[in-house]
Amino acid sequence: VPQAIDSTAIKDSIARAERERADALRRQRERDDSIAAANRARDAAAEQARLRDALTAVIHFDFDQSDLRDDARSTLDSKVPILMANPEVAIRIAGHTDERGSTEYNLALGQRRAAAAKRYLTDRGVQAGRIETASMGEQQPVADGHDESAWASNRRDEFEITGGGGRLTSPRM
Amino acid sequence: MPSEVRLPTHVLLVAALVATLTPIARNAHAQDTTRPRGVVIGLTYDPSSKPGIIVLPVSGAFGDSVRSILQRDLDYSDRFGIIPIEVPGGAINYALFSRLGARVVVQATLAQGSLHVALHNVEKQGVSNVDDFPLPERANSHEWRMAVHGVADEIERWITGQKGIAQTRIAYMDGSRLRIVDSDGEGDEPVPVAANALSPAWNPAGTMLAYSTWGTTSRIMVVDLRTRRSRAMANATPSNTNLSPVFSADGSSIVYSHAGESGTDLYLVPVADDAPARRLSVSQADNVGPTFSPDGRKIAFTSGRSGHPEIYIMDADGTNPDLLTSFDFGDKNYRSDPDWSPDGRLLAFQSQSPDGRFQIMTISLRDRGTKVHTSEGSNEQPSWAPDGRHLVFTSTRSGTRQLWVLDTDSGRMRQLTRASSASLAAWSPRMHAGGVAPSGAATRSKR
Repeated sequence: VPQAIDSTAIKDSIARAERERADALRRQRERDDSIAAANRARDAAAEQARLRDALTAVIHFDFDQSDLRDDARSTLDSKVPILMANPEVAIRIAGHTDERGSTEYNLALGQRRAAAAKRYLTDRGVQAGRIETASMGEQQPVADGHDESAWASNRRDEFEITGGGGRLTSPRM
Repeated sequence: MPSEVRLPTHVLLVAALVATLTPIARNAHAQDTTRPRGVVIGLTYDPSSKPGIIVLPVSGAFGDSVRSILQRDLDYSDRFGIIPIEVPGGAINYALFSRLGARVVVQATLAQGSLHVALHNVEKQGVSNVDDFPLPERANSHEWRMAVHGVADEIERWITGQKGIAQTRIAYMDGSRLRIVDSDGEGDEPVPVAANALSPAWNPAGTMLAYSTWGTTSRIMVVDLRTRRSRAMANATPSNTNLSPVFSADGSSIVYSHAGESGTDLYLVPVADDAPARRLSVSQADNVGPTFSPDGRKIAFTSGRSGHPEIYIMDADGTNPDLLTSFDFGDKNYRSDPDWSPDGRLLAFQSQSPDGRFQIMTISLRDRGTKVHTSEGSNEQPSWAPDGRHLVFTSTRSGTRQLWVLDTDSGRMRQLTRASSASLAAWSPRMHAGGVAPSGAATRSKR
């Protein structure tokens, strides 16, 4: 013969179990939310870094040339939408040369390299007033060697964010 | 720093022997050393040979310094063969001098506040020139050494008809630090300048240096060597670089390059007033590194207007530009950094050779004949000495960038600096003692 069922105790037990499950679900949700928030923050930071890296990506040149190579154009192409999406951002382009040739002519060449990149960006809609140029000539090599590999690294334009770069907006795809 | 002149042992032995055997005729010629100045008894100088010269020992405190400075200066002039003998008491013995191959003998005597110098013509057995040169009080001071250099330059003029270049200095860059060194490598000192300095250039009086600064605030500056103060001649503007200043031949203006976003052009700005700069060259290319002809009527400069750097000449007002270095050295076409010789006949410049290194060349403005002057290491940035014969330039031949001095006549070279790195040398005009010439003393600008 089955024993009489204590229905109150059963209800309590069910209620407790349900509460615990709800708590667990809530905790799980909170954990999920916080993970999602952390992921979003990480993704946002990564996106900021990606935008920043794209804006400051260096371009390189051939010896005694200020013409933009294909790789330089593609690097500049990825700067354009970011600059357009962030109209408050100002940048400085600094032209550099390798150690060879005339120290003085290299200052002019560095200025020409910076101007070439600026012109490429302004031709694609970036306001000229947002871009300052400068030349460092052969004075600031990134590679110390005296061979083609060092020279190739040193023939470059560097891009520096000089204003409005606090939080960058991603361009719409 | 400079190397000693050494004579083979047997010559010194002969000298000692002859000195012992030959009576010293000191008294017989003593009166000659007081011969009135300006009286010349006919020494003929043949530029193609290097006459033997003896600088007799100089008695008294600092006599050794006087002698070694004179001897080294005359050696560095590359116009004489130095015969370093030790004659007891500095005695005059023409027979001995003649046997040693000397044609001239310098007899210097230190007196109170001055140096008395007599120049002996060995063949004529007499004094050809004599003069007294005032010396600053503090012996071996920089001022004193410069005064002795001036004596050497005058002795050179007595013999060759042309003043020497010992009493000059060379401005150069040690990284971004501006320094000045005496022509013999001594007296190397820093000059206070603005940050990121480059390209020093002398004014014709030797009292000021123009220079440029590079970076985001690029200016043309002038430092007065008497006050050591710098002032800006061309101010920094965003997106522009100012570079390669040079004084005009009369010292009244500075011509420099202004690099903007549509090329680099030459501009002229007066030194004295605040008048605006005037554009001289008009081209979409880069025009840098100007150098004036000695008469001030022409400017040579480096231009990339043909697609690569070459040297052009234009009138000082910017008209009539003309390609000068229109010759082909194979696949390397890069010529730059011209410097006009003080006699107006030559331009020195740097030219890239097929192996990629640069070499110092000169080109004649009369027939465009060229000469390559260097081959070891990479050699760049030539600057003429006031004698139009010696060049100072940057060379990597010792392993680091250092300044070297070349005698373009004989090809002889000597290392001038032993800095951590030296470049962009500018040879000064002739100076007076102290390293700064009085205003208007010289007539030529150098870079």
